[in-house]
Amino acid sequence: MSYRHNDSGRLIDRSQTLTFTFDGKTFTGHPGDTLASALLAGDRMLVGRSFKYHRPRGIVASGVEEPNALVNMGHGNRMEPNQRATTTELFDGLTAVSQNRWPTLDSDIGAMNAAIARFLPAGFYYKTFLWPRAFWKNVYEPFIRQSAGLGRAPTEADPDSYEHFHVHTDVLVVGGGVAGLAAAKAAAATGLKVLVLEQTHYWGGRTPVDGGKIDGMPAQEWIDATVAELEAMRNVTLRTRTMGAGVYDHGYALGYERLTDHAPDAEGPRHRLWRIRARQIVTATGAIERPLAFAGNDVPGVMLASAMRDYLVNWGVVPGQRIVVATNNDDGYRTAIVLKKAGLDVLRILDAREAGGGALMQEARDLGLRIDCGRGIGKVSGGKRVKKVQICVTTGTGGAMEALDCDAVAMAGGWSPVVHLWSHCGGKLVWDDAQAHFRPDPAKAPTGADGLPFVTTAGSASGPMALGSVLQDGAAAGTRAAKAAGGKGRAPKVPVAEDVEEAAMLPVWQMPARAEYRLKSKSWLDFQNDVKVSDVELAAREGFESVEHTKRYTTLGMATDQGKLSNINGLAVLAGALQKPIPQVGTTTFRPPYTPISIGAIGGSARGDIFQPVRMTPMHAWHDVHGADWEPVGQWRRPYAYPQQGEKVEEAVQREVTNTRDNVGLLDASTLGKILVRGPDAGRFLDMLYTNMMSTLKVGRCRYGLMCSENGFLIDDGVVARVGEDAWLCHTTTGGADRIHAHMEEWLQTEWWDWKVHVANLTEQYAQIAVVGPKARQLLESLGGMDLSAETLPFMAWADGELGGIGVRVYRISFSGELSFEIAVRAGQGLALWEKLVEAGKAFGVMPYGTEALHIMRAEKGFIMIGDETDGTVIPQDLGLDWAISKKKTDYLGKRAQERSHMTDPTRWKLVGLETEDGSVLPDGAYAVGRGKNANGQLVTQGRVTSSYHSPTLGRGIAMGLVLHGPDRMGEVLEFPGTDDKVYRAKIVNPVFFDPEGAKQNV
Amino acid sequence: MQRFTCPFCGLRDEREFSFAGESGKTRPDTAAEVSDADWSAYLFTGTNPRGRTDEIWVHTPCQEYFRMIRDTVTMEVLETVPLRRDPS
Ligand SMILES: [Zn+2]
Repeated sequence: MSYRHNDSGRLIDRSQTLTFTFDGKTFTGHPGDTLASALLAGDRMLVGRSFKYHRPRGIVASGVEEPNALVNMGHGNRMEPNQRATTTELFDGLTAVSQNRWPTLDSDIGAMNAAIARFLPAGFYYKTFLWPRAFWKNVYEPFIRQSAGLGRAPTEADPDSYEHFHVHTDVLVVGGGVAGLAAAKAAAATGLKVLVLEQTHYWGGRTPVDGGKIDGMPAQEWIDATVAELEAMRNVTLRTRTMGAGVYDHGYALGYERLTDHAPDAEGPRHRLWRIRARQIVTATGAIERPLAFAGNDVPGVMLASAMRDYLVNWGVVPGQRIVVATNNDDGYRTAIVLKKAGLDVLRILDAREAGGGALMQEARDLGLRIDCGRGIGKVSGGKRVKKVQICVTTGTGGAMEALDCDAVAMAGGWSPVVHLWSHCGGKLVWDDAQAHFRPDPAKAPTGADGLPFVTTAGSASGPMALGSVLQDGAAAGTRAAKAAGGKGRAPKVPVAEDVEEAAMLPVWQMPARAEYRLKSKSWLDFQNDVKVSDVELAAREGFESVEHTKRYTTLGMATDQGKLSNINGLAVLAGALQKPIPQVGTTTFRPPYTPISIGAIGGSARGDIFQPVRMTPMHAWHDVHGADWEPVGQWRRPYAYPQQGEKVEEAVQREVTNTRDNVGLLDASTLGKILVRGPDAGRFLDMLYTNMMSTLKVGRCRYGLMCSENGFLIDDGVVARVGEDAWLCHTTTGGADRIHAHMEEWLQTEWWDWKVHVANLTEQYAQIAVVGPKARQLLESLGGMDLSAETLPFMAWADGELGGIGVRVYRISFSGELSFEIAVRAGQGLALWEKLVEAGKAFGVMPYGTEALHIMRAEKGFIMIGDETDGTVIPQDLGLDWAISKKKTDYLGKRAQERSHMTDPTRWKLVGLETEDGSVLPDGAYAVGRGKNANGQLVTQGRVTSSYHSPTLGRGIAMGLVLHGPDRMGEVLEFPGTDDKVYRAKIVNPVFFDPEGAKQNV
Repeated sequence: MQRFTCPFCGLRDEREFSFAGESGKTRPDTAAEVSDADWSAYLFTGTNPRGRTDEIWVHTPCQEYFRMIRDTVTMEVLETVPLRRDPS
């Protein structure tokens, strides 16, 4: 059993007791505990089930590298899956539930997966694609769906708040262990601004656990003194509970601060994302111990040796009573010594090295511990808890020499520097043969905007693991970074520590070296994703030579711990199987964030109403008061419809269309882009921009125009009015205003820089109101002020004047097929004019209409809509818009591209109208199927629906679509399978459904 | 996230900028015959060099296009100049 030891635990406050629950059972702990240490203190070693085989899993590590102890924290709107118990600080009332088990952790039905493990080999998911198609629907898919995903996603909105911090600093130090503190001290001495981030809630890292003296004092004393010294400096900022999440180009870095996770009742934001710009970054990120790959290394009770001593020294927790230590290096002895000194029963130290270790081995021997050299673990057995260890010869095949009854195993496989932050932005690694790990190559550091290195590593993150070298390296890194950041002045004295002489370690990637398959298939590399030595070897046999491919094929290192434990072991096994040296196999890519960060922190305060700025027209508030059902269009909100009391939105839309066609409607068209193009070369410029001729337009007249990209594709449309001898006003779509303005600027600045033209985006300067319907003229005349007769203001003309005492410009243009006037007015007068129109319009039955009525009316007339009929692959010729393309012009943007063979291909789908046989509405986006199948065995397609509505005017469904040889197939019936398993039959017709002669608009 | 110097506004974060093309790419003279190959090279082919590159970027807030010489390997920003001026 695991339990709380009497008199150790430097981080806990035994005078207070906290209560929490795990899987509904009540436990207790102390302030300073992690959830993991408190669970172990309560004899809860089994904490989860593995992802694939549902194997029982216990706590392996004591920090961020923990792969197994992932729990679901909290409930309701504060429920959060996949929280690491080892980095979760305990608080009173904490509730945690284990994951990936059913019905309970102790008796899990999914564990049968383990029984069929042979049928779930590496690449199982990919292999299923090769097997009979019928198996997919009935066998694989249900299986994969049921087992996919770790933890459950919360369903309610997060009630907590989050924020961003923007910070500039000269030197950023990531990691508050002794190396980070030494670096910070050295850098701060130059007077530069220094920011130090530490992911835990205490300083000094693991040095107080590992022991040693610094500058002649106990490590903890030196740490306290150094932190006090740094705290007193005005140029230094220290932050605990803040993880350095990522390093990016040009000295950008992200920090992730957890402010209230340990105190959920505290005020203020829960997490804070630090967005840091640093001149120099020091990564003092420490090192992580590697497990050993022996059979049964995942049985609960097998732990990293360093974690076992962490639990004892930091939290006074003992993981077992009869302990076996397996090591391939001297550091493993530290755990044995600490355990023995605490009075625990260390049964045996198994040292993989024939010659054993150095001074630490001697110390262990002097304490009376039994040490077997050249020995390792052949197998651990026990199911839900370690029961027995079989001892074998390290170099052998796994034949048991002796069995020991025990309940905990410490494994020490050597240390790997945490190189993540160094690597995020391009820092390269070098293989260190002596320590069998990849470490940063100082000659190949990430470089910044000046082309010079901006990241430097400190302490064990650089490679050296002994305290003295760690301090020396840390101080040197701080001095180096400060100098590179422009700091001057003498560096302080380098702290010194005496190092214990250590014997060389022996790389052990599989224990024993020549293990049989039955052992390899139980030797775990990636605990969370269930990847074993045998899986990586199988991948190599199946031809996966690249480490990146093997990773994806086996899912090695792809779990939430991102391979912090498993990576080096996994690629060493791969190298072995490929018979290549490890550095030649290389590592996978390290990507930020270092450990998972909350989505809330990434979003910060940008959520709900302040997610992004909302653009409002001058009439926005009026629409809101009058019941507008809003639709987002770009950053604008536009009324989709104005449902009245007791009316459904769809009913409102139909009413608005009918009223506009019968009486008169008002549309807020202010969001349409309005770009003024002016100058001696403006006409020439617009002739290049539009497919038709704009330079010949007369002052006072309007013309519809199409704009294409240089690739030939239609990008925008709208009405252009010539407002002066050298000035044109170009209307764009609502979403296109900024984009088209930028498009104009680009051509004017980069290609036709000598043309005398300037453009101004006036979109927000004017409100625009469309007055539409047979009674539109009567309504406007009732306001009085200008002559709007057909003779004075014919179709496609504009005039300046006054309406109801307000200065206006009236464009006689129509997007609905009705008699229609678009009235532009200075933005400040928009609401006043709108209200006058509403008031005066009562006599004519005026009603406002929204975007959906606008869409229906344009579709009834067969007018295209950018974004519906176009999708970035459609050219004007596809839409039958040849009439709007000038034949006289030698050039316009898109012209040459439209002459390319693919664009002139007669089999391009063309615009037609579509009418269902039964009057129903075709599903938007549905495809028309043809006869036969394509090369992939799918039904051949011959067209698709681009717009589809119920037309109140015609009392039936109408649609537009692009169809193969469409215009030549009038009257033919096409079949459109819907996603509702129905097949819709529709006839090809002319896309102009209503008033094809244009009689209604020409009055 | 990189930082670039807009010749008009100064040092700003990368997210304020957009790439607009490689420098020196001119639109073929469409008054003359342009072959399909030449046109598609103009539309689609970039040199995308490893190392020193010469590009046009736009600073979105001021909407000025400018020329930037940078190194795609070291991330060094060598120079940013207005379009009317030659880089040094
Ligand atoms: Zn600028």
